[in-house]
Amino acid sequence: MFVLNTLAHRLRNGCQTMAYPDGPAPALPDRHGGALRVEAAKCAEGCRECVPVCPTQAITRPAGRAVSLDLGRCIFCAACVEACPAGAITQTGDHRMAGRRREDLVLGRPGDEQVRLAVALDGKLRRLFGRSLRLRQVSAGGCNACEADTNVLGTIGWDLGRFGIQFVASPRHADGLLVTGCVSRNMELALRKAYEAVPEPKIVIAVGACAIAGGPFVGHPQIREGASAVVPVDLFVPGCPPHPLTILDGLLRLLGRLEESAGK
Amino acid sequence: MSTTSPFALLANATSLPWADVPAWTVAEFVRRTAAELARGARLCAWFGVPDHDAVRLVAVLAFDADNTLAVGRSAPVTGSYPSLTVMNAQAHLFEREVWEQHALVPEGHPWLKPVRRSAGTAPANGDFFRVDGPEIHEVAVGPVHAGVIEPGHFRFQCAGEEVLHLEIALGYQHRGVEEALVGGPHLATMCQMETAAGDSTVAHATAHASVMEALAGTEAPLRAQWLRAVALELERLANHTGDLGALANDVAFLPTASACGKLRGDFLNLTALLCGNRFGRGLVRPGGCRFDLEPDRGARMRERLRPVLADTEQAAVWLWDAASVRARFENVGKVFARQAAEIGLVGLAARACGLVRDVRYDHPAGWHRFAQMPVAVWPDGDVFARARVRWLEIQRSGKFLEEQLAVPPEGGVRIEPGPLAGDTLAVALTEGWRGEVCHVALTDAGGRFRRYKIVDPSFHNWTGMVLALRGQAISDFPICNKSFNLSYCGFDL
Repeated sequence: MFVLNTLAHRLRNGCQTMAYPDGPAPALPDRHGGALRVEAAKCAEGCRECVPVCPTQAITRPAGRAVSLDLGRCIFCAACVEACPAGAITQTGDHRMAGRRREDLVLGRPGDEQVRLAVALDGKLRRLFGRSLRLRQVSAGGCNACEADTNVLGTIGWDLGRFGIQFVASPRHADGLLVTGCVSRNMELALRKAYEAVPEPKIVIAVGACAIAGGPFVGHPQIREGASAVVPVDLFVPGCPPHPLTILDGLLRLLGRLEESAGK
Repeated sequence: MSTTSPFALLANATSLPWADVPAWTVAEFVRRTAAELARGARLCAWFGVPDHDAVRLVAVLAFDADNTLAVGRSAPVTGSYPSLTVMNAQAHLFEREVWEQHALVPEGHPWLKPVRRSAGTAPANGDFFRVDGPEIHEVAVGPVHAGVIEPGHFRFQCAGEEVLHLEIALGYQHRGVEEALVGGPHLATMCQMETAAGDSTVAHATAHASVMEALAGTEAPLRAQWLRAVALELERLANHTGDLGALANDVAFLPTASACGKLRGDFLNLTALLCGNRFGRGLVRPGGCRFDLEPDRGARMRERLRPVLADTEQAAVWLWDAASVRARFENVGKVFARQAAEIGLVGLAARACGLVRDVRYDHPAGWHRFAQMPVAVWPDGDVFARARVRWLEIQRSGKFLEEQLAVPPEGGVRIEPGPLAGDTLAVALTEGWRGEVCHVALTDAGGRFRRYKIVDPSFHNWTGMVLALRGQAISDFPICNKSFNLSYCGFDL
């Protein structure tokens, strides 16, 4: 009675795809914390409490200069939030944190307290990819968590296909690459070949702390410290791994599919 | 049987002074190790420890039936030594690794080639085994695969559709994890342990924390041990459920595939309810856990767990009820129990060959000393068996969680572990969702890591994949691969 059983189950459960982006976004877990906000103006003179606790050296404060936190390197362990006596580093609970340029992810200075969110591709690329984007995923020296949460977007709850975005099985079918992992030296050649095989015009999306800057493995001689070392990157999605909502938000922003305006 | 062993015995998640590890000449050491393996011990780890200008070999064995581990070492060696692989196949990859890391040649090793060494911008794969003949063709797959999946290279020798032999060349994900640990623990060590294999974050983090606690001569608070056990089973549930869905997807059975994709996320969200991260990052730390499951949060978890388990059961029932699925799963990708024992398979892949092997049961540590669950075993060794063991474990882990969440132990969740003992060796095994995760740490006189060895279950099990493919149709490679679902980065480190 398998057929009746499945049909009954389908009728009972209805459509399981979330309303977002037409409805509210699903809530992040309360302990997730979301994107960070850094207000250098709040720092005490000479205070460097947050610098030594960061496992990926994402925070710097050279003598006489303001504190600077690179959300691209951040693995969101919140050690700095706990260490900061002045409340200069706070969690916003915001899932949006994808940026178009590396420097958009560097927080601290007045006006740069939060990530400068990604703006859409310009005219021609947006016309080409805005309603149909085919991506080839290249996993290059990651831990498989970014891959897993990218895969999640294909499930019925998220249904990435709604937006015309799809993962394809060959770079020859693709409009761009979605790269995860810190790009180990052993994957450098494969990544370059995959990029060269994608027809022009093409885009590259770096997902996760590893793909942006090397993540927890920053400084290891066996890695290239992110996708930018090998290919030009058009979108950076921070996180370790980024929540699926963060990845989706980044993709939709890049394609100009979100109503709200970008920026701070 | 272990009582008569010349090796030093120790329990899981404990330590002993380096000086107390018995040492023999290398030939004697290899012979004694082979003798222990011949009478039923398992090889958990085999690695080199630099000693001045030479290298000492170390073997960590498990006597599963006696619930004890054993360690032995060789005198310092240079150049070469008589291969253990010749006498026991469990050592074949370990010896290749030792050769690659320390330039020690195992004399007589049948297939000595690199494991993950770099040749500039790609791994140094070496030559592949080739079958010759007019009708033989070779198929190369990877490193970049068709889906959203880690990189690895597969080389098939085929006669038409039939696979005569598969050789797997990995190393693409090599990030230098073990090498970076020397002189540690460093600030980044914990997050590197959590990302050794991202889908097994809790298993690796728990093994590392247990090693650290054993070296510091302390124990995490009971409530923290309980939390780790809860998180470990959530990790198992998420991955097993995802795998059942992926297996269903690979035989184009969409009801279960669609349902399980979503349900896997629901389990991950329960982990995130506990610590904010869907993979359990930031939860386990040496000395305990960083987050607690307060009563109201625990109640929410129990409430949310129930319908997810019920839906998972429904999705699994569809799968087992469909004759079209069973027909695709049965007698495909068979590994025989004798082969499994010979190559030292671990985890669900071993249990699906009828081997009763589960660290939670054989070497209980942490919370598993107080709360057990039955070992899930299926005899057939095929894709069906590996799917079936997953389903048994989903049921048992679900029940375990319902029981455990109802009666949490009291107390705090974190203590300061204190300094690590010098010149000490510690071993910790955890049963990750793929199988046995083994961490071995050896400290120097100052209590820093002199050597740190990680053995992911995939290191043992990739060879099982090779055997499963023999004589199969190459078109069945995807479901065979999915039925093991091994880690590339856990192997490559």
